[in-house]
Amino acid sequence: MSILFGKAKNIEAEIEQFFDKISEAGLIFSAGIKDYLDGDLEQFHNRIKDINKQEGEADNLRREIRYYLYTKMLIPESRGDVLGLLETSDNVIDTTKTVLSHFDIETPTIPNSLNSEFLKLTESAVSALSSLVKANRAFFKNSNIIHDYIHKVHFHEHEADRIEEKLKKIIFRSEEIDSLAEKLQLRDFVTYISGLADDAEDVAERLSVYSIKRSI
Amino acid sequence: MFQLFFLLSSGLFLGWSLGANDAANIFGTAVGTKMIQFRTAAIVGSIFVVLGAVISGAGTTETLGKLGAVNALPGAFTVALAAALTVLWMTRLKLPVSTSQSIVGAIIGWNLYANLPTDYSSLTKIVTTWVLCPLLSALFAFLFFFIFRFGVSRMRCSIIRLDAYTRLALIVVGAFGAYSLGANNIANVMGVFVPISPFETTDILSFSFTSAQKLFLLGGLAIAAGIITYSHKVMETVGSNLYKLSPVAALVVVLASSAVLFLFASEGLEFWLASRGLPTFPLVPVSSSQAVVGAVIGIGLAKGGRNINFGVLGRISIGWVTTPITSGLLAYILLFVVQNLFLMPVYN
Repeated sequence: MSILFGKAKNIEAEIEQFFDKISEAGLIFSAGIKDYLDGDLEQFHNRIKDINKQEGEADNLRREIRYYLYTKMLIPESRGDVLGLLETSDNVIDTTKTVLSHFDIETPTIPNSLNSEFLKLTESAVSALSSLVKANRAFFKNSNIIHDYIHKVHFHEHEADRIEEKLKKIIFRSEEIDSLAEKLQLRDFVTYISGLADDAEDVAERLSVYSIKRSI
Repeated sequence: MFQLFFLLSSGLFLGWSLGANDAANIFGTAVGTKMIQFRTAAIVGSIFVVLGAVISGAGTTETLGKLGAVNALPGAFTVALAAALTVLWMTRLKLPVSTSQSIVGAIIGWNLYANLPTDYSSLTKIVTTWVLCPLLSALFAFLFFFIFRFGVSRMRCSIIRLDAYTRLALIVVGAFGAYSLGANNIANVMGVFVPISPFETTDILSFSFTSAQKLFLLGGLAIAAGIITYSHKVMETVGSNLYKLSPVAALVVVLASSAVLFLFASEGLEFWLASRGLPTFPLVPVSSSQAVVGAVIGIGLAKGGRNINFGVLGRISIGWVTTPITSGLLAYILLFVVQNLFLMPVYN
């Protein structure tokens, strides 16, 4: 029986670590965008390395958890749900990595006047992500606070949508940015960052269904 | 020896089919949902069903004995055979059936054939208990559901750990369920043989191993054989097809139905209640399947009463009438055949 509980403890720890990785990726993402806007490219490249590392470790953890759940036959009735949750949560990390790498590849020129709106957008997207991490942890701990966190994810996602729309309008009305190509490029970057909040909301949607399913 | 074994074989067959079918009431959801392995369920189930039969089987047997004490071995053979065939036949027709209802009908069939009076107070007691069984089980499940839900929300443990606890609890409660099943239902399997037990009582140290207990051991082993050889398929069906329950709800169902079976079987509890001037529970073999159906309905009510198939209750109550009548008629016919064709005395 101690084997059973030992295994449970082990997998609990790995799931916690997996969520730590997501949380950390969110923080690095936000710092990375700020570095880019500040023009500190050296630091920005360090952030990319950091985020790649988090992403790789999260992948490994996810694989180990999946292996554990299937070979040790844990939580058979909600195993599919749990794995679905981990996979979609993993998409969130992937998004942070992809967005930073788009910045690295395309090096878009962002006028200083737009910096504060870009930072606000980033902040909302990362807030959605950190509320999601909290909701995830609450789900695994069987806690009722999960609904508060899911609610917060939705709130931050709406906020990100609002800023996204505003920012896009500013970009297309701006006389500072002259070429349509640049406008379209900036519009895409706004969409990328806001996409992080959308990914978080997708996971939160799943989570609210799973939490209803789990009530005995 | 061979003849003895042959004459007990109908009871052993009844025991085997009981193990094959009713073990699924205890471990069905747990095994069907892969919460515990069939091997674990079979080992725990077999051991505890035998223990329950040998230690606590006497109470319900006495009740059946009062209904009608079959006084010739070939008669007991035929009564158990009629009950077993009825169970087999009705199962084939997918009709609700229980060994408890079947054996009672067969005993009454013997009473009629032997021209002996049926003790109506016992019969009333038995039939009342059949009705009470699913109702009480529903009530228990209803209460346990809220207790467990409160407990789980209070425990604040992770879903992984809750899963580990639930598995452990399913095994422990399953052991209790198997014990109760053995205690309550052994009378169906071996009860008719007890008044004419071919065994003698042996004293080992200060412990007395009665002739009835030897029969119960044999019957318990037959039930265990049924569990080991045939219950796996039934469990898979119960677990994955019949009703969808969360593991904790499954635990509540097993606990509630087992508690009911235990209440209607325990002489210890009867004595404890009586010594405190409290009303006692009649010791009557009941149907574990019907207890489970009652418990599932209890959970349904606790969840707000939607999606409950009340038709199943109607089917159960039809079984209370059709099963004893079928097995009674069959027993009457078979007794006639055994006595007149095989020239064996079926009553003295």
